[in-house]
Amino acid sequence: MTKPLRPALLGGILLAVLGSLCPFLWFVLTSFKSQIQVEAIPPTWWPDGSLGFYTSALIEHRLLHYIRNSVIVAGATTVIALVVATPAAYALARLRMAGKAWILGGLLCVAMFPHIVIAGPVWQILERLGGLNTHWGLVLPYVSLTLPLAVWILTTFFQELPFELEEAARIDGCTAWQALYRILLPLAAPGLFTTAILTLVFAWNEFFFALLILTDPGRQTLPVGIALFQGEFIMPWGEIAAASVIATLPLIVIVLLFQRGIISGLSAGAVKG
Amino acid sequence: MTPSTRDRTTGWLMVFPALTFVTVFSLYPAMDSFLLSLYSEFPGSERSFIGFGNYAELFRDPVAHQAFIVTLGFVLLSTTLELLLGTGIALVIHERFKGRGWTRAAVLIPWAIPTVVAAQMWRFLLNDQYGAVNAILFGDQVDAYVPWLADPWMAFGAIVLADVWKTSSFAGLLILAGLQVIPDETYDAARIDGATAWQRFWHITFPLLKPALLTALLFRTIDAFRAFDLVFVMTQGGPGDATQVIQFYGYKTLFTEGRVGYGTTISVTVFVALAILSLFYVRTVGSKLLQREPA
Repeated sequence: MTKPLRPALLGGILLAVLGSLCPFLWFVLTSFKSQIQVEAIPPTWWPDGSLGFYTSALIEHRLLHYIRNSVIVAGATTVIALVVATPAAYALARLRMAGKAWILGGLLCVAMFPHIVIAGPVWQILERLGGLNTHWGLVLPYVSLTLPLAVWILTTFFQELPFELEEAARIDGCTAWQALYRILLPLAAPGLFTTAILTLVFAWNEFFFALLILTDPGRQTLPVGIALFQGEFIMPWGEIAAASVIATLPLIVIVLLFQRGIISGLSAGAVKG
Repeated sequence: MTPSTRDRTTGWLMVFPALTFVTVFSLYPAMDSFLLSLYSEFPGSERSFIGFGNYAELFRDPVAHQAFIVTLGFVLLSTTLELLLGTGIALVIHERFKGRGWTRAAVLIPWAIPTVVAAQMWRFLLNDQYGAVNAILFGDQVDAYVPWLADPWMAFGAIVLADVWKTSSFAGLLILAGLQVIPDETYDAARIDGATAWQRFWHITFPLLKPALLTALLFRTIDAFRAFDLVFVMTQGGPGDATQVIQFYGYKTLFTEGRVGYGTTISVTVFVALAILSLFYVRTVGSKLLQREPA
């Protein structure tokens, strides 16, 4: 049986939950209103359940293009980042090699670079390679930006796995690669999954580089579309709200399903060590 | 080859792709920025070497000073509020109660929402005519409605508010991780001695929580230094230059005006300030992970 909640705790829970949800709930309500309701002064609270803003956002503002672009960029970033980060993290956690501390420390430093300091030269590199206004041109810097965190989280996960399993296999003549793919990878699946989710959320939400690299509206990702949303005469608040709800929905699903993994992943390597 | 030298080769092979990515798209660009900052380069002009001339200009540029002050104010205010709220959130979601999973998920939602969406949301909430904030504060008294984002101080407050709403839960998670490593028994003796909840927090939890608080502080500081999305969407740096944080000023100089030399000078200056912080971070917190590697 659970104890009845202390009033202070109950108050804290209510405050945290309402504070987190209410502002966004207002946006959700707005997305189901009609144009007349959105422009009412003072504002009306309850929507009439109109789906007009959703059809307008999806069709007139071509939201589907932005969604497709975001899916491509976020998906590719996640896959490439994981494929590159996993062997690196394994080597840093498990193999004997010099300079590990430097690599991990260096990655941490790189993760803290202000984005503006790399933006100019990255733009120039992509211009030379023909990567401006392409999806791969955005994926490459995204992979680089997510790698430090991915390597750190995976390194922490690999370090927590028992050494005995791997040692036995290595004595039997397994190479490091075989030990990684046959023994450690299945065990580290939760860690990989958490890393994938964090990378996905980053790539889905990133705005600064997307704004610089993608200037062609046909190629832009959702955050750029939402930030640059323009109406012909007035701010299309209803459409912005609808687009925002659509862009956020997958993230809310992810949070509801994987809350536990996200929390352990974000704190891994930060304090647990 | 002996197994251990083979391991070493394999090790480097495994690390190589990751290092290549980071070198090409982060390390080299950062160094290139530093080189570019030593040149004068405008759209349509020849690039010419001027040494630290751009830095001298930065030193005299009142707009840059303003941007640094705004950034510093933003960082100090938002990180302080985020640590306070984050500690509160962490204490709440650390307790055992029915529905804790749902509470944690709800608290995580602001973290998951794209910053651009959070920015549009607050921009609309604070709208002078249709916004919920005015409706809650003034109801039908339409004449009293405040154009929040048109006032320099209010607009600055709005940016801080949006950032605090968006990222307090992240700070809370880092602090939660710190709470979780404090063993329950630590509190037993204090409880028997009749210490109040506040005394237990102040004398037991808080000192043990310091490393986690430091981590959260540094993460948030570093992130707040590069605030851009909120400003771009909510205020475009205005009104006047009241919310022009340094990354937005750098972006404008570099990409809107095309002043490559001066733009990179701004970014390198931010970079140096943050590098000092990062070093501090690696030395204090980062070394812990390394201590756990096998002998």
